Amino acid sequence: MTIQQLALYSAAATGLLVFLSVMVLALTWLERKALARVQMRMGPMRVGFHGALQPIADALKLVTKEDILPSWADRRVYWLAPIAVFVPALLLWVTIPVTRDLVLRNLDLGLFYIVAISVLSVMGLVMAGWGSANKYAILGGLRAAGQLISYEIPFIMAILAVAMLAQSLDLRVVVDAQADFANILIQPLGLFIFLLAGLAELGRTPFDIHHAESEVVGGPFVEYSGAHWAVFFLAEYVNTFTIAALTVLLFLGGWRWPAMPFEGVAHSALSVAWFLAKTYAVILVIFWIRGTYPRLRIDQLMAFGWKLLVPLSFLNIVLTGVVMFYDLPLWVLGVASVIVLGGVFYLISKKPGTEIERDTITVHAASTLRR
Amino acid sequence: MQIQQQPTQQADAIDLMINMGPQHPSTHGVFRLVIWVDGERIVRAEPHIGYLHRGSEKLSEGELYSQVITLFDRLDYVANLNGELAFCLAAEKLMAVEAPERANLIRVILCELNRVASHMLFYGVYGLDVGAMTPVLYGFRERERIQALFESVTGARMMHNYIRIGGVKEDLPDDFGKRVTTLLDQLKRGIEECDELLSQNEMFLARTKGIGAISAEDALELGVTGPSLRAAGVVEDVRISDPYLVYDRFDFGVPVGTYGDCWDRYYVRVEEMRQSIGIIEQAMYQLEDGPIMANVRRILRPPKGEAYVRTESPRGDFGVFLVSDGSDKPYRVKVRAPSFANLQALQHMLRNAYVADAVVILGSIDIILGEVDR
Repeated sequence: MTIQQLALYSAAATGLLVFLSVMVLALTWLERKALARVQMRMGPMRVGFHGALQPIADALKLVTKEDILPSWADRRVYWLAPIAVFVPALLLWVTIPVTRDLVLRNLDLGLFYIVAISVLSVMGLVMAGWGSANKYAILGGLRAAGQLISYEIPFIMAILAVAMLAQSLDLRVVVDAQADFANILIQPLGLFIFLLAGLAELGRTPFDIHHAESEVVGGPFVEYSGAHWAVFFLAEYVNTFTIAALTVLLFLGGWRWPAMPFEGVAHSALSVAWFLAKTYAVILVIFWIRGTYPRLRIDQLMAFGWKLLVPLSFLNIVLTGVVMFYDLPLWVLGVASVIVLGGVFYLISKKPGTEIERDTITVHAASTLRR
Repeated sequence: MQIQQQPTQQADAIDLMINMGPQHPSTHGVFRLVIWVDGERIVRAEPHIGYLHRGSEKLSEGELYSQVITLFDRLDYVANLNGELAFCLAAEKLMAVEAPERANLIRVILCELNRVASHMLFYGVYGLDVGAMTPVLYGFRERERIQALFESVTGARMMHNYIRIGGVKEDLPDDFGKRVTTLLDQLKRGIEECDELLSQNEMFLARTKGIGAISAEDALELGVTGPSLRAAGVVEDVRISDPYLVYDRFDFGVPVGTYGDCWDRYYVRVEEMRQSIGIIEQAMYQLEDGPIMANVRRILRPPKGEAYVRTESPRGDFGVFLVSDGSDKPYRVKVRAPSFANLQALQHMLRNAYVADAVVILGSIDIILGEVDR
């Protein structure tokens, strides 16, 4: 590696870090505003225009807060955990293209790399849980481990089905393969699996079980404060952004416009804008879910993952494989996918095996009760 | 690192002791629940109370009768008027005083509004307990509206000190009728909105249906009262079985559950809010001008004797036992707090539950620590 290369890569890495930080700052602001809208509130209004500077104020607050080390903590594990969570989150972005040309290093096996790296962050959460020497943290850390590992399978399987369609693990090729139709039309089932597994990977509502505030207080993060907590926070939002970006790249056609009249720099700039717009749309859906749903219990979460998402993801692959093997037109896959998805929703609403009576409350009129 | 260990029958299993409270986001006040878990399952649970003990009953013995009312405000601090009412009714019974018609209707209206406010708080925090963050804001919106009305009537949002022995402190403000009409409209819409937001949500059903179920017999034996008892299928409402004020002339429904699980306890309260609105409407219709205070002396000296009064507070059967020795201060005040009695069923409900269920079950009994510890 020459000096020039080193300088180039460090500049690019710094650029990536800045880009992600800005995205995270925007995300935290957006999340507060979006949730506030759901909840009939204003959200932050004081710092800057409609609270636009609130993320910066928060960041400053976090950095200036005291870093507390619990006296029983396993010191090295405790300090390493935030890094172990943050580094994989950052590494993912090495190969995620924002547009065709705007990517740090496009890898031919990009999707494989992403899948491999994304598993790593589990370790950081378990480390945080263990290192804190706190019972809530341990419970949360172990919950995280169980949850993330079980949802890794449908997550990977959903990616695999997309890779089968594109015949490549290169994200650029995957996006190009969606030139005519975005994958959402061909594999709505895949999108459903990917988004749900992604939510579970992120630990967001309704799968925010490992840091459930009402049960394990803050899960693995309960003892952290100040800058180290901020690193966890940063990693969490980078991951949210990553999942949304991957959803866009894999299922929503990435940066491709329906028809693009521009060339050169204008084309690139518009592509970036288009990509970000799509990503933020997905993120808003994630926030919307957060504002609406209660949390599942850990056993229900596991059952949902293993009994529904895993079989579904295999079915998705089989469907894709059959369609591709017999060279059937792609709309067949789309229709089959929609049918399976409809069946799943029907099953969820019917709940076979568990007979839930919805109306168990009867109202007795007072006049009949009085003697 | 040190983890407190608790050996069980299985030699190789170690139960982890987890301390929930008194400082924990979901313990509803300063309640401490110690649970021993095997993985995610609760092996044993031990409630600890007393963190909010202020000696209200003993303090009451040193206050004049009219001053005790403020202490009762602070027992059940989300349904203050119901607490005041119970004490005033006991004192009235002791002195054989009857509050005038208008005062009784005002009391009914305000107490039922207070019940709605209290259940709205329950609705909100119950949403938080199951992990939904939006219901709390919808619940509090309605509660805040009711409290704004209370402020216009009593001068305070929470610690009203409004109900007096023999009547109420002041007459209603001039625009009360108009305000109540608007409020009821808003509340009706608000209740339906809240119901829609949470009640039939699949995940909410999954979290609450069949969780923490208690049979009618067990509930009766453990002294559970109020919505928690009705959820178990027992038709019992003090407003009907032992009517006080003017409740015997209102037509309203008593919602009763089937299984006594968390969802039933939750929904009984939602339904109760609707019924309370109905009572308020009827009471508003009957409200006529008239005196608001019975003819009582400024310094009250009830005759020697004792009285016990039961009322239906939002949490259950709120009883006050009052002994007078003929002086201007009560000789003994005993409160039968529904939260305290309902809490006794917690251990029973927590059997074989998951850690996450513990929070949901505790939330569903809707305890107020001010009343438990007194």
